[in-house]
Amino acid sequence: MPVSKTPRQEMPRQRPEDRVQNFNEVALGFDEEMAKKEASRCIQCKKPLCVPGCPVNVQIPQFIEMIHEGDYAGAGEKIKETNSLPAVCGRVCPQEEQCEKTCVLGKKGEPVAIGRLERFAVDYQRKAGLKPPLKPEPVGQKVAIVGSGPAGLTCAGDLAKLGYQVTMFEALHAPGGVLVYGIPEFRLPKQIVAEEVEYVKSLGVELVLNAIVGRTLTVDDLFAGGYEAVFLGTGAGLPKFMDIPGENLMGVYSANEWLTRTNLMKAYLFPVYDTPIKCGKRVAVIGGGNVAMDSVRCALRLGAEEAHIVYRRSEVEMPARLEEVENAKEEGVIFEMLTLPVRILGDEKGWVKGLECVRMELGEPDASGRRRPVPRKGSEFIMEVDTMVMALGTSPNPICARTTQGLQVHSWGGLIVDESTGLTTRQGVYAGGDAVTGSATVILAMGAGKAAAQAMDEYLKTKR
Amino acid sequence: MFEISIKRTLTPVTKLFVVRAPLVARKAEAGQFVIVRMGERGERVPLTIADFDREAGTLTIVFQEVGKTTKMLGALQQGDCLTDLVGPLGVPAELPEKGRVLVAGGGVGVAPLLPKVKAMHQRGVDVVSIIGARSADLIILEDEMTAVSSKVYIATDDGSRGLHGFVSDLIKKLLDEDEKFDEIVAVGPLPMMRACVETTRPYGLKTWVSLNPIMVDGTGMCGACRVTVGGETRFCCVDGPMFDGHEVDFKEAMTRSLMYQEEERQAMNTCCCSGGGDCR
Repeated sequence: MPVSKTPRQEMPRQRPEDRVQNFNEVALGFDEEMAKKEASRCIQCKKPLCVPGCPVNVQIPQFIEMIHEGDYAGAGEKIKETNSLPAVCGRVCPQEEQCEKTCVLGKKGEPVAIGRLERFAVDYQRKAGLKPPLKPEPVGQKVAIVGSGPAGLTCAGDLAKLGYQVTMFEALHAPGGVLVYGIPEFRLPKQIVAEEVEYVKSLGVELVLNAIVGRTLTVDDLFAGGYEAVFLGTGAGLPKFMDIPGENLMGVYSANEWLTRTNLMKAYLFPVYDTPIKCGKRVAVIGGGNVAMDSVRCALRLGAEEAHIVYRRSEVEMPARLEEVENAKEEGVIFEMLTLPVRILGDEKGWVKGLECVRMELGEPDASGRRRPVPRKGSEFIMEVDTMVMALGTSPNPICARTTQGLQVHSWGGLIVDESTGLTTRQGVYAGGDAVTGSATVILAMGAGKAAAQAMDEYLKTKR
Repeated sequence: MFEISIKRTLTPVTKLFVVRAPLVARKAEAGQFVIVRMGERGERVPLTIADFDREAGTLTIVFQEVGKTTKMLGALQQGDCLTDLVGPLGVPAELPEKGRVLVAGGGVGVAPLLPKVKAMHQRGVDVVSIIGARSADLIILEDEMTAVSSKVYIATDDGSRGLHGFVSDLIKKLLDEDEKFDEIVAVGPLPMMRACVETTRPYGLKTWVSLNPIMVDGTGMCGACRVTVGGETRFCCVDGPMFDGHEVDFKEAMTRSLMYQEEERQAMNTCCCSGGGDCR
């Protein structure tokens, strides 16, 4: 098997000591020379294993070959054939778990940096100016997309490309869902999201902001209004807490609130922006996923002198992307592994002043296959903190299920769907993303949006 | 969208807007609220729906100018538009179909009471109303409440009108006079609602309150609005805003409502317009 002699190209990043002082993007992207060099590493497999690893089937060897030949804009076009949000995916996809995991080069060395190349190609194309997409022949049927996050945007884009008249309803005042309220500017600039949304709109998708399906309009209203199919991409809902004493003290945030204030509402620019946030000097973020990493890195940028990750298992079990863990470490985040919070202590005014924790050790594997953490007797100790962020996941938003006839949910609140099509328990209503799976990744939500679009197309064809 | 079609000044610090929002008006029910935003840098502020007209496609909102956002709102004129308005949010109030109900509104809290009283009046419920304020000139919506109540009592903190005392004093007086009510709805500032709840507790009288905690998205995503009710954490935006007052942990709710006191002051200090549009 041929193994490339060129090493995998590292992406330039802001220096840690600089980047903790600002919210600008950390990773700076390849230049043309680096991109070409990295593209030259791809051995153009006859049966590429990377493509099936991608939930939205980006034609990876083809676009990499185009970069190799210097046709950067063409590479961007190629990616956009199957991916409506490539500039987002190039930044926040866990490529190491998907396309790059199955790359043949990875077996004996380092896989091709597919994600970084994707980012390079679409950034290049975007800067060069977008070609207006070809408008397809209208098929004369209307579809409604609920939620403008990654699942909704993908589903909307794919259906618009097939000629459907698509309307996307968004509950917040800005489109993008978790891409705008959840993922920090330093990992995904909001300008990039805005441009991706503009691209989807340029395909003919109409966007209605400030519209909560289930409240402002019901699913039945949508059908009565002539929409023949509905996709629910309503995303994450109620934040989870630990059910320990002190969780309602002042200074205790859910990660959703912490990130929404910081990202969507730009609290880091208070008082120029009106939404405040209270970030103390010593911050503890509870959890070990990407949301926890985003929260703790925000804390440093909001002025925390010490920012801790508190996680009850060991670092090996942490679900966060390795790259984000490394970024956090470089920036000075302190990792308290095998540590379980048991009680939050408050001062006389009702503010958080400390966190009682117990040290854990790993026992036998549990249902998730990970070794179950067990408390070590007598290991209780108190961490002095004045701000806490609970990054423990969310349960799906209850509004739509509560107000729509015929929609069945699992006991934990997730919409029940057919896995391959996203069809819910109600005819013509499809769903995908966090509303179905609980907290997951952007790319999985996009994959679900894509699969649903295909199934909706097949369903709608039978009604013509 | 969201054009202000009528502006009324109820008191020097309380304004009423009738806003064009046909989609929201079509679905609004008594007890629900909306979230509004002022300007591109604005925060998201929850405001209770004080009335709605499905035919005309309008909503009525009433607010007191207490912070930067409400001050900027108050500076808007008829014909101006709100940047964003979303709703109706929250669970509609569970209102009785018959019987006799006492309602008590403190200050701007009278506004969210009005649609509930209207709805009960339409169903034939006998509603006795109490309107409270710090002084006579701060009493709002008296005529509107009178039109749908069988009797209206007034209480003022300074005694400038009606009973010299609090809304809760009037409640106690009526209950001591052996007036019979099936339930009571109290809406106003947290200390006022807490006083009402403590007044009715010995009588075992079901007392509804409407909470207005700090919120961000208002759709059940952020969890900022959590309150302890009956020993459990509830999310006001999707489980409320109305709760059984005897179950609410008012001490916690009052503490949490002060979380951004300092920042609110800071925001006011950077607001140079004191009512005159966007003061950036």
